[in-house]
Amino acid sequence: MSLLGKLSIEAVPYHEPIIMVTLAVVAVVGVVIAMLITKHKQWGTLWFDWITSVDHKRLGIMYIVLAMIMLLRGFADAIMMRTQLAMATNGAPGYLPPEHYDQIFTAHGVIMIIFMAMPFMIGLMNIILPLQIGARDVAFPFLNNLSFWLTAGGAILVNVSLGLGEFAKTGWVAYPPLAGLEFSPGVGVDYYIWALQISGLGTLLTAVNFLVTVFKMRAPGMKLMQMPIFTWTCTWANILIAASFPILTAVLAMLTLDRYMDFHFFTNEAGGNSMMYINLFWAWGHPEVYILVLPAFGIFSEVISTFTAKRLFGYKSMVYASGAIAILGFIVWLHHFFTMGSSANVNAFFGIMTMVIAVPTGVKLFNWLFTMYRGRLILSVPVLWTLGFMVTFTIGGMTGVLLAIPGADYVLHNSLFLIAHFHNTIIGGAVFGYLAGFAFWFPKAMGFKLDEKTGKAAFWCWQIGFLLAFMPLYVLGFLGMTRRLNHTDNPDWNIWLYIAAFGAFVIAIGIFFQLLQLFVSFKNKEKLNDTTGDPWNGHTLEWSTASPPQFYNFAKIPHIKDIDAWTDMKERGESYQRPENYAPIHMPKNTSAGVFMSMSFTLMGFALIWHIWWLAVVGLVAGIGVFIKRCYTSDVDYYVQVDEVERVEATHLSANTVGGRS
Amino acid sequence: MSTIATSSAASMPHEHAHEEHHENNTVFGFWLYLMTDCLLFASFFATYAVLFMNTAGGVSGKDIFELNFVAVETAALLLSSITFGFAMICAHRQNKSGALAWLAVTWALGACFIGMEVYEFHHLIEHGNGPQQSAFLTAFFSLVGLHGLHVTAGLIWMTIMFIEVTRRGLGEQTVTRLSCLSLFWHFLDIVWICVFTVVYLMGAM
Repeated sequence: MSLLGKLSIEAVPYHEPIIMVTLAVVAVVGVVIAMLITKHKQWGTLWFDWITSVDHKRLGIMYIVLAMIMLLRGFADAIMMRTQLAMATNGAPGYLPPEHYDQIFTAHGVIMIIFMAMPFMIGLMNIILPLQIGARDVAFPFLNNLSFWLTAGGAILVNVSLGLGEFAKTGWVAYPPLAGLEFSPGVGVDYYIWALQISGLGTLLTAVNFLVTVFKMRAPGMKLMQMPIFTWTCTWANILIAASFPILTAVLAMLTLDRYMDFHFFTNEAGGNSMMYINLFWAWGHPEVYILVLPAFGIFSEVISTFTAKRLFGYKSMVYASGAIAILGFIVWLHHFFTMGSSANVNAFFGIMTMVIAVPTGVKLFNWLFTMYRGRLILSVPVLWTLGFMVTFTIGGMTGVLLAIPGADYVLHNSLFLIAHFHNTIIGGAVFGYLAGFAFWFPKAMGFKLDEKTGKAAFWCWQIGFLLAFMPLYVLGFLGMTRRLNHTDNPDWNIWLYIAAFGAFVIAIGIFFQLLQLFVSFKNKEKLNDTTGDPWNGHTLEWSTASPPQFYNFAKIPHIKDIDAWTDMKERGESYQRPENYAPIHMPKNTSAGVFMSMSFTLMGFALIWHIWWLAVVGLVAGIGVFIKRCYTSDVDYYVQVDEVERVEATHLSANTVGGRS
Repeated sequence: MSTIATSSAASMPHEHAHEEHHENNTVFGFWLYLMTDCLLFASFFATYAVLFMNTAGGVSGKDIFELNFVAVETAALLLSSITFGFAMICAHRQNKSGALAWLAVTWALGACFIGMEVYEFHHLIEHGNGPQQSAFLTAFFSLVGLHGLHVTAGLIWMTIMFIEVTRRGLGEQTVTRLSCLSLFWHFLDIVWICVFTVVYLMGAM
């Protein structure tokens, strides 16, 4: 036993030129960013205003920055896979050896689901949800900061695996016995386990935090059935998180015990049952996809009703449909393994339940269509994403119903048809939704709008690229190509593999346009400036604040009388009114406890991956120690005084009275 | 979290809807966390139910469970729930010494429980029935051990609360924290009743 456990210089993959070049690029970019921060003397701002911030709006922005960085990483994996498969036809080996390729598809899945989609969704929820319900912050602001840093800690571990050791080669589901010690003796699966455990804890705390916020901190007058639809869909997602993430924690803990202490939960010998892992994994994994997509449904609802200048059609049915999806989402997990060999009756039950989900989802689609009906839809960027979603997601939904038939699934199981299906729903459903929400709420979070032209170009590249990249996979599935192949030798597949690779490059252009959009918008931010705080003539309370919102959100908490509270206030002439007097506002202070705690736990995770036991103990004790110290710190809050409130409010009010809008 | 908030709120007249809800939020949030913890246990119970017959030619529950021993263990834990209840009554009445005394009794009973569990585990491992022997023993050690880890965490938390009450008395924040710990402790009791029934009673029958 050495002091560094299994860690040695051998862990650096210096014989892999692709990885070493990537690491070099990352290092150069990192150094450049650090130099820029130093040059502009921004380290203090970064630490005091962002890293230690407990402000839900800033945490939301940090979540989205994390999601975008991870999108680039996950997409780099994707394009490597597509080019590999386009090159490795007719028995050619391609440029990625299997042991590297297997890590890439595992990392792609883990990153896109856990470190791109989840932080993007949670980021949007962080920025918008408290504003929509008229709250000054979330219920537990410190916990919110901690949650973010736990998520970031998990992301750090996944990325460290690139330069130290390896990542799992098991696929993102890490099924045993393949993920057991016997067949995966390296550190890859351990990186997977600890990255997911640490970030999973953060996600769970987020759900608890936002559930308390929604149930206890709504503005006076706002009944549950008057909450904005995005808040409702996030709430269903949070209920799903609270109900499903503990299962992931449990199943990963069991896999950990199998790998670290020679237990027999899922091993082939001594009575272990690997199917139990698969059951538990999907009992989390299936709700997880609804966690991703429900908030996106909420975003589409907000976007459609705002840009048609109409009230959302069927608000109540939308809330109930979301609830139905959330509940049904918990009794369909077995459709991920119809081929396990359960009895026909069991498969039939799960097949029918899966098909039933199409009903509430259909209700939603018709609600959006009816909202648009006779409205004057403005074809802005968020609306384009929404329309793109409605077409793309419907295709994904229908192929899902097809897969829900157990007999058909026996043929299509683990084929590229499945891959096409879930990308159809996750990209076409969740990601399009987040990108719609990004364009929709960007002015709220940052104070200026995004450039339209580049935004539209990005959308069309994504939409067309998506169809080119994934429609061929349906065909390949029917032609018998299974997932996770490293190279192929069936000439019938070639043309479809080429088209799919071409589609991936079109999406790459879309991502390029998104980056360009950010660049152009930042450059022209004076021109795109949103002084009113309400650039789209919005319906809900977040648009009553300034852009970006005052750090305390609301100087005076409004009294709610309607679902579309802000529209209601504007119609009754109660918008932009200066209250008779302001009161001091109680606010939480920023704290470094969250980042220290989470970095301690991340260090513990790293130590456990490499079997550096003493360091794991240090990490654990340090993390708990910081928490206890935080519990006995009394200097955690302060009052914003009336004169400051007056000053901040005057700016916002004058922009909306003198600025021409009343 | 709010000691300073209450003192400054008293000196400044303004809207403090925020603070009024604060302690309330903490207990509700903690309760929600306990529900997620409940699902963690549920997953381990489900796994136990799937694996308990897979003894791989080794011992089964009938061979290793000593109900009399477990009955004493159970009694200690159940009794500790009552004594924690007494501690909470004292805390709400601002009876500091009473609260501390009952907390000490609760701690001692909890420590008895953990001591007996450690003894049981040690005894099993010594006789070659460790968790590595079969899927049944894996599931048994993990489920019971998970509960034991929770109780241990509860004991550490109780130690810290004991110091807090000694030093700071029974302020609003301290009582809130005690309420959370109390919820946690009773929750672990309910889980143990399930463990006792599903694992030990049904296993030994």
